[in-house]
Amino acid sequence: MKAFAALVAREVRLAWTGGGLWLPVVFYLAVATLFPFVTGPDKALLARTGGGILWIAALLATLLPIERLILPDRQAGILDQLALRGWSDELVATAKIIGQIFAFALPLLLATVVGSALIGLPEAQLGTLMLGLALALPALSGLSVTIAALTAGLSGASALGGLLLVPITIPLLIFGAGTLSENPGNAMQLLAATALAITALSPFAAGAALRAGRT
Amino acid sequence: MSSRQASLPSISVDNVAVIRGNRLVLRGLTVAARSGDIIWVRGANGCGKSTLLRLIAGLLHATAGSIKTEGRIALADENLALDANLTVAKALMFWADMDGASGDARSAALADMDLQALAQVPVRFLSTGQRKRASIARVLASKADIWLLDEPYNGLDSASCVRLDQAITTHAANGGIVLVAAHQPPSINVAHSLILDRPEADV
Repeated sequence: MKAFAALVAREVRLAWTGGGLWLPVVFYLAVATLFPFVTGPDKALLARTGGGILWIAALLATLLPIERLILPDRQAGILDQLALRGWSDELVATAKIIGQIFAFALPLLLATVVGSALIGLPEAQLGTLMLGLALALPALSGLSVTIAALTAGLSGASALGGLLLVPITIPLLIFGAGTLSENPGNAMQLLAATALAITALSPFAAGAALRAGRT
Repeated sequence: MSSRQASLPSISVDNVAVIRGNRLVLRGLTVAARSGDIIWVRGANGCGKSTLLRLIAGLLHATAGSIKTEGRIALADENLALDANLTVAKALMFWADMDGASGDARSAALADMDLQALAQVPVRFLSTGQRKRASIARVLASKADIWLLDEPYNGLDSASCVRLDQAITTHAANGGIVLVAAHQPPSINVAHSLILDRPEADV
């Protein structure tokens, strides 16, 4: 258990020192800053579309840390050393996903407060948006580790990562945007179910990808 | 992750063949090692020395044959497996935590490889030989029964070679097993010298 915590802590430290923590946050807030310039200062329009834009920004921000999640560890032999010590690939993937929840999901959730203020989202919507993102971000953390494991070492990994991410996240986006409507109840339940399924499956998918990548 | 094995360490590689990337790397290989053995693995480039070590480490699967090991394994190959931004001491501490090893084991390993002066230097600033010493210190600190060392003498100065020789003989004298893959002939007493031939490509 102590070793598992040490591995999670290492993920957070690497994100913090390697800049991987700030990149998604800066991207997310940049979208929130730029969007009002596109639509103009139409309060009603911003209130109607702003939440959806933040959802898209959060999904795309998932791609940003992908290159530093698995490949450097594989090249440095860290993954070999863990396998040698009897760690299952699923457990390594789980530690990395939990690390991403701390180093990616939480900062993005906090940045949502700032982002929604930049866009001028009504306060009533902020709570719904935060709840929806809180449900979806663990799933996005799982997806980022899975995609990183699948594409590690391939040329054009980022482009391939984008191609993999978009179809899987469409249900999250549909239900997530649905929660921003007048009656968010059903959409929130479907979002929770989809996010839970993706979060629960991702350690196994990522673990299998890690195993397949070991040569 | 597992606790230290009570039984004596051993390696038994029985009639193993390995195919990597459509190429037959090892064939009909049998190696047996008991507690206290030092095995020197030699052979031309690409003859499968590293493959054999990865196989014993359980990182590769044999295409045919069986591999059994008893005891905890530590591997030092060309990958350093230490975080480049951490100091040497902290990077080694990470693996000591993983192994449940004490801080003393790490300090002793640092001393054995003459790394105390470099303990507070970030790993990314180390030279080739110093990196090699750090990776050997990682093996020493792990308190594993079986050491798999891939080209451990590469880049080491003569004083460090002597230190490594000493560490290997001490580990074997304490009942451990050491497999060394190297190009140069052994500078210490070894149990077996294993010469790997390149298998003929008939696949």
